[in-house]
Amino acid sequence: MDQSVSLAGLNLKNPVMTASGTFGYGLEFTPYGDLTALGGIVVKGLSLKPREGNPMPRIAETPSGMLNAIGLQNCGVERFLSDKLPRLPWKETPILANLYACDPEEFGRLAELLAAEEGVAALEVNISCPNVKEGGVLFGQDPAQAAKVTEAVKKRCGTKPVMVKLSPNVADIVAIARAVEAAGADSLSLINTLTGMAVDVRTRKPRLANVVGGLSGPAVKPVALRCVWQVSRAVNIPVVGMGGISSAMDVLEFIMVGAHAVQVGTANFTRPDFAFRLVEDLPKVAASMGVTSWESFRGSLDVG
Amino acid sequence: MPKPTCHDVSVLRITPHGPEGLSHGLWLIELENPGWQTVRPGQFAMLRPTAWGFEPLWARPFSICRATPERLAFLIQAVGRGTRLLTGLRQGDTVTVWGPLGHAFNTEPGVRTLMLAGGVGIAPFVEYTAAHPTPSALSLLFGHRPPLSCYPYEDITRLVTASAFRETSPQDIPLFVARIEEAMADHAGGLALACGPTPFLRTVQKAALKLGVRCQLSLENRMACGIGACLGCVATDTEGRHVQSCTRGPVFWANEITL
Repeated sequence: MDQSVSLAGLNLKNPVMTASGTFGYGLEFTPYGDLTALGGIVVKGLSLKPREGNPMPRIAETPSGMLNAIGLQNCGVERFLSDKLPRLPWKETPILANLYACDPEEFGRLAELLAAEEGVAALEVNISCPNVKEGGVLFGQDPAQAAKVTEAVKKRCGTKPVMVKLSPNVADIVAIARAVEAAGADSLSLINTLTGMAVDVRTRKPRLANVVGGLSGPAVKPVALRCVWQVSRAVNIPVVGMGGISSAMDVLEFIMVGAHAVQVGTANFTRPDFAFRLVEDLPKVAASMGVTSWESFRGSLDVG
Repeated sequence: MPKPTCHDVSVLRITPHGPEGLSHGLWLIELENPGWQTVRPGQFAMLRPTAWGFEPLWARPFSICRATPERLAFLIQAVGRGTRLLTGLRQGDTVTVWGPLGHAFNTEPGVRTLMLAGGVGIAPFVEYTAAHPTPSALSLLFGHRPPLSCYPYEDITRLVTASAFRETSPQDIPLFVARIEEAMADHAGGLALACGPTPFLRTVQKAALKLGVRCQLSLENRMACGIGACLGCVATDTEGRHVQSCTRGPVFWANEITL
């Protein structure tokens, strides 16, 4: 079966991408697999200036999941473009730059800088990070704000496709998705992490210095599936699903509820060759489930 | 430096360390060496039994205690959920292992080098001693709570001069701190290397900076990935930057980080 996927101007050789914040700048994983085997790579969220992120401790293990409050630590757009991007196999594999800013104007400036680079195939707009004080998830919780950011990025991204990453920490994710679609987004990715917390009864302290953080991993998969199912039925742009994907069967579940592609996140931490093994497993598992094309399988969930 | 790799390997042997290791939760886990030809002392590996599925989620980082062409040995103290589960492994079980990771301790042939170990922090010094070209230049000061037989202390004392200090009550701490300072003062112009719990490393760091001893510290930090991607294990350097303990460390110069 042909594994390739067409995704709003991007041609992926298979539907497996890596999720921002869980795959570094891609280069960290080069000893463990061939980056060109992946459908796409979404790099660590970038801001205009380098950020140091939140104080320690900023990760905590939870049942079948993890909490993080990294706070978008990153090297800044300039260093990414000069030091990281040239070392990535961008001619063979689409590199998506995930971007974060504090206001729509800054989002626009960042989008312009990134979109001007040949090696950046598309932009993923982060309006859903729960771990930063300024902007972050607040942009993603209000349809009007989400639309404003999307418009600002679309205005200055040239011909590069724009994917907007949605938060599950909202009452109505469909309303946000529709607002972002109307503002010109080319695709959507969901879900970002769910806000959660973990505490230590012995010390009576939170396990994260930030007190709350973003929950990810297999524990959030049911929420992610629900969101992808609801949103993909409500919009006319492609949806990329993510949240706890830990096996080829999980990939099939996301595609069956309506996703065009998936992003693998926390599972990259369980073993560094996880995404590469998943790419190898997927065709075999898809065949064993009788899947003959992604097109016909997508959205084939039978809800009676 | 050779690139790290990720493999599924078998447990060759798992035993409590010494006659009292079981009651103090100290174990030696020996795994098949997946072909790592160059392990530098102070480097670590991530270990995750395949039977864990996704619960617990993360692998656990451990200093490589000993590496031979056939096997890798890790000293493990069962203190938390992950380490307790690891000690339930049996011979023949499969463990995903990736490494060797991180920066090693400096090896300076002929330079008087003081190894300072706190508890399970003795692990990397077994490999360090075995691999050192001039072990006669080495000495060890070891602070511990469980009996000495729970640790691979004798593996080191066979080759180098060593002394141990057993802490039995909080009142012993100032005595141990004095021993550390005395040993470090004796190594001015030499090199000191330390591995152990953070309060111990803080004491060593303070003494090193006061006495002007060149000193490296190996940090023990919670990690999710071990390869620089998750950013969960950062330490703060003296310029206030967050640096990954896994890839920029775990061994840092004492004057470069804030503990």
